[in-house]
Amino acid sequence: MHLYNLTLQPPTAITQAVVGNFSGGRQQEIIVSRGTRLELLRPETNTGKVSPVLAQDVFATIRSLAAFRLTGGTKDYVIVGSDSGKIVILEYDSKTNAFNSLHQETFGKSGSRRIVPGQYLATDPKGRSVMISAVEKAKLVYILNRDAAANLTISSPLEAHKNHAIIHHIIGVDVGFENPLYAALEVDYSESDQDPTGEAFNNAEKMLTFYELDLGLNHVVRKWSEPTDPRANMLVQVPGGQSATSDRFDGPSGVLVCCEDHIIYRHMDVPQHRVPIPRRKQQVGDSSRGLIIVASVMHKMKGAFFFLLQSEEGDLYKVTIEHEEEEVRALKIKYFDTVPVASSLCILKSGFLFVASEFGNHYLYQFQKLGDDDDEPEFSSASYPSFGMADPSLALPPALFRPRPLENLVLADELESLDPIIDAKVLNVLGAAGGPAVVDTPQFFTACGRGARSTFRMLRHGLEVEESVSSDLPGIPNAVWTTKIKEDDQYDSYIILSFVNGTLVLSIGETIEEVSDTGFLSSAPTLAVQQIGADALLQVHPHGIRHVLADRRVNEWKVPAGKTIVAATTNKRQVVVALSSTELVYFELDLEGQLNEYQDRKALGSTVLTMSVAEVPEGRQRTPYLAVGCEDQTVRIISLDPENTLETISLQALTAPPSAICVAEMLDASIDKNLPTLFVNIGLQNGVLLRTVLDPVNGSLTDTRTRFLGTRPVRLLRVTVQHSPAILALSSRSWLNYAYQNLLHFTPLIYENLDHAWSFSAELCPNGLIGISGSILRIFQIAKLGSKLKQDVIPLSYTPRKIAVHPSNKLFYVIESDHRAMSPEATEKRLKELADSGKRVDQEMADLPPEIFGRPKAEAGQWASCIRVIDAVEWKSLPPISLDNNEAAFSVALVPFAARNGEMHLVVGTAADTFVAPRACSSGYLRTYKILDEGKTLELLHKTETDDVPLALIAFQGRLVAGVGKSLRIYEMGKKKLLRKCENKNFASAVVTLNTQGSRIIVGDAQESVSYAVYKPPENRLLVFADDSSARWITSTIMLDYETVVAGDKFGNVFVNRLASSVSAQVDDDPTGAGILHEKGFLMGAPHKTKLLAHFHVGDIITSLHKISLVAGGREVIVYTGLHGSIGMLVPFVSKEDVDFMSTLEQHMRTEGIGGQTGGGQSIVGRDQLSYRGYYVPVKAVVDGDLCERFALLPAGKQSSIAGELDRTVGEVLKKLEGLRVTASGL
Amino acid sequence: MSSELRYTANTQTEHLHARYTGTGHADVTKYDWLTHQHRDTCASIVGHPPLASYLAIADGESIGRVKFEMMERMLQPCGPPPPKDDD
Repeated sequence: MHLYNLTLQPPTAITQAVVGNFSGGRQQEIIVSRGTRLELLRPETNTGKVSPVLAQDVFATIRSLAAFRLTGGTKDYVIVGSDSGKIVILEYDSKTNAFNSLHQETFGKSGSRRIVPGQYLATDPKGRSVMISAVEKAKLVYILNRDAAANLTISSPLEAHKNHAIIHHIIGVDVGFENPLYAALEVDYSESDQDPTGEAFNNAEKMLTFYELDLGLNHVVRKWSEPTDPRANMLVQVPGGQSATSDRFDGPSGVLVCCEDHIIYRHMDVPQHRVPIPRRKQQVGDSSRGLIIVASVMHKMKGAFFFLLQSEEGDLYKVTIEHEEEEVRALKIKYFDTVPVASSLCILKSGFLFVASEFGNHYLYQFQKLGDDDDEPEFSSASYPSFGMADPSLALPPALFRPRPLENLVLADELESLDPIIDAKVLNVLGAAGGPAVVDTPQFFTACGRGARSTFRMLRHGLEVEESVSSDLPGIPNAVWTTKIKEDDQYDSYIILSFVNGTLVLSIGETIEEVSDTGFLSSAPTLAVQQIGADALLQVHPHGIRHVLADRRVNEWKVPAGKTIVAATTNKRQVVVALSSTELVYFELDLEGQLNEYQDRKALGSTVLTMSVAEVPEGRQRTPYLAVGCEDQTVRIISLDPENTLETISLQALTAPPSAICVAEMLDASIDKNLPTLFVNIGLQNGVLLRTVLDPVNGSLTDTRTRFLGTRPVRLLRVTVQHSPAILALSSRSWLNYAYQNLLHFTPLIYENLDHAWSFSAELCPNGLIGISGSILRIFQIAKLGSKLKQDVIPLSYTPRKIAVHPSNKLFYVIESDHRAMSPEATEKRLKELADSGKRVDQEMADLPPEIFGRPKAEAGQWASCIRVIDAVEWKSLPPISLDNNEAAFSVALVPFAARNGEMHLVVGTAADTFVAPRACSSGYLRTYKILDEGKTLELLHKTETDDVPLALIAFQGRLVAGVGKSLRIYEMGKKKLLRKCENKNFASAVVTLNTQGSRIIVGDAQESVSYAVYKPPENRLLVFADDSSARWITSTIMLDYETVVAGDKFGNVFVNRLASSVSAQVDDDPTGAGILHEKGFLMGAPHKTKLLAHFHVGDIITSLHKISLVAGGREVIVYTGLHGSIGMLVPFVSKEDVDFMSTLEQHMRTEGIGGQTGGGQSIVGRDQLSYRGYYVPVKAVVDGDLCERFALLPAGKQSSIAGELDRTVGEVLKKLEGLRVTASGL
Repeated sequence: MSSELRYTANTQTEHLHARYTGTGHADVTKYDWLTHQHRDTCASIVGHPPLASYLAIADGESIGRVKFEMMERMLQPCGPPPPKDDD
């Protein structure tokens, strides 16, 4: 077996974000790390929308990011700390739209290790140096400078190591132009390691240490070290240093030490200031819990600065420092607003706050005000004795606030994110439902998110369409156009609709209304409309061409008697019409704006069905080629050049008569990096689309790619989408061919079928499209080109844990449970207790919407949970059933119990008073529900107690198999309970996944990989007969066939294991299982071992696996979802040649492909791709498709040298890559 | 083994231990080994974003809190060391 791994949707989580002027212009951009990808986002200041500009796979785990700017520079660079053992400085090149790695300095081994730096990065605010630190001991300082040619230079590293020190955080201290200073939060463990009494541990101090880089002596000294709060977790830079123009200090310098419940201002040898972190006035939840700051951002404005700190509950606090020169007078804190908990916060100079959420969608907010004059209570260190440091070990009196809806911020944009995908199903629900549109590909149903912001999402392949107008027309038009009146008009003025026997012209203004004085002929259908020359219009109808001049004079060219025009194509300067006599007539606009007919007509000998010319290239007189599709199943390229006008240059035979041709110039970096390529798209009557490249030199057609679009003849239209040319292909589905991030994409629209469409631009809808479907006129736009999967969302109450699907009713059963959360019932109970004890109950605080403010955090062991039924066809959620008794649901299965004549029952595995680590519960339960009302109602039949948490359930031969803690059990349906029939208790840690086929059960253990068990009914035995030779922490498994499993583990690997067929047969032939029972164990496990067939490191934790065909009639592939929101697939290769070809291509890409300009065989962060994909176990039998697909982005020289090595042309390699993707996924 | 060789071999391992915290040796105690294992695990969880997310989801905490508690645990992941035998 050989597999091809391809990412369908890259991870959507953001682990860190930095802001800066990376392209060197005035506009600020955000660089985000998506775990294994770097992405550049550009927030548009005027629209408040964030658009991705560049996304690049780095084939490494990104651990930290920092932006810096050299003194006096205008461009920011980004430093990346990753698992490559290197410090990497990247520059964004806006010309080529790529990250270039400027420096890669190796300092240690690869991998996210304890003492290899890369976890933390801190830069000097003046951009003179950078500190990179590990979690323990190692800290390195690099000096950054520029050389004579103004190139960035980096020094060799200076060590600031401290043995036996755990480093919690580091930060660059702002000291202006004095020697760069770094602050670190460190704990020394050497004494606690030696002291058996535990006293040293209790007295361990967390030190705030300042390291000074002496630029003159070129070394780092530990300048100052003082103990600080033992629960400090984060440092924040405070501005300092004198400003260049005046003698004033920008700020007092120093750091904010964020501790549990407190913020302390500190600097060397100056008084400390301490303020409490205000807490919510909440009456429920765990009041003994400390509150920590998890994200922070400092913002400098003219002569002032402030901080926004975010607590783990999502509340933002505004912190200000009152200072006189360098002396701090007071540290002040107040509640600002509440936003989702962030992994990073970024403030843009244009007044936006970017919140990269730790889970769920990311948000861009606009500042309305800065919380300066509101009545929110402010807490100042000046109001406490000794600035709050009278006794640092004691807490300050609690500071309280009332959370409220956003007041200072307003939402500007939202970036969809699937992170985390906890479970998913892939199946075609919509197709089977018989909806209006033909759906023949499966949808992805994902359970996403965390806590009250959880969602259930349906992902469909296609672009989302936003409809703005849809109105009924008097008849059924067969075509629609829009046109401007003058060349330099900003918006379109007319909509022209062609009917069977006439033409209707509508003018676009305040309203859209019919006009008759436009010079267009209304008594005949229209074939083409064009704004031609500077200010004229053109209409082609079956009997002639009307050239409407600016003063409404009409020049008409009439078709010779007895003939009609059957096809026409136009652009700004050229018009070609085909007559029923198979003649081609060519017109060209001269410099006076007169349309002149070329003296000769050309007879083709076959009726013209369709033809097309490209737009006139910028600065040219004409486009030199015409593409004509004829009835004899050919496409001819005909010259329009003055030297050989109307001569046939090349001819291509087709498999069916063409129904449409469209020639368009589009930029595709895989073919040409700089110039647009001329594509000839040919739609056939059988629904197939051919895409060929027209060679601009000799006019030949090369590089043909085919795609099946639908069952109807294809119609092709050249449109403008988001200011760049695109092609709309209409068949039984509508498709859009467009360029995104310099690569061409072909994606269906999720919209009604269209019969005809055109670009539409008006004041209200500047970037729209107009289309007709039947007698309905629709105006719509395509807002997001990047996302190929359209999402439909249903909100959930708690973190989803598992999904089960009803096999016939298309209903999803989602179980949700949240640890440390108060269910509404528990909250009510707590409030009632409070009221009973005479306290005033603050109902308003108890009723805060949880999706914004989260639920009150409770102590460990407190759970909120529910079971929810989702109707995927109606796309709605039925009221959830919440679980009482502090029970939480962990597993779910639909079981057709044989004892109830195969009637479907829902079994939910729950546990009461559960603790996560170590796993414990007061009692587990198997709740059995009867399914009523076609699956929509659940009736609890009974609860069966278990001794541990049931983490996995599956139906097995009309019974239930449950993984309860370390044991595997078979249950039979009973009257009052499920009846335990059989048990095997020999699993190592916990049964987490179950799969079955026949009498075989595949058991995934949390730590000990996959075992094969068999049920032998005669002796009622559950026997494990085979397992894996390596221990893996399984998260998800499925069976590929009777002997083979594919599984994902907790460290981001996916692998395939197979059992020898002889063993498989032998086990099946043994009627009682006595043979297996008495076989000797091998390697301290089962008697037989599986063989590893394939292994690959994905870089994201696999949460679900599916074996399914993603395209109609396509082969089955393995689809996986990852925790960080990634969706990918593993495609089995069909032939040995493909394996050889792709492996060789991968090898070439590895040696010269991925590094951009400097990298060579390594990714832009200096990680070796092969060692990354073999992070834990060497890669086996899997080709990295993400790497291979980067072939399209290579410079032309490298492309052709690699293609040459493979004995192919560049086009053939690209076609192969596209073929693999399209035939397997359709995406 | 010549005395010279033994001398160089020792400095090499000493150097190794000084440079790479957590490198094992023949006389490592169970406690030391376990403590190193746990510290490595904590560091790995903090250093691999998906693992930190995974734990945060399971435990209902924020990722920031999970990382902080992991770092705190590194100080003494396996309790105090066993008393030394003085004999």
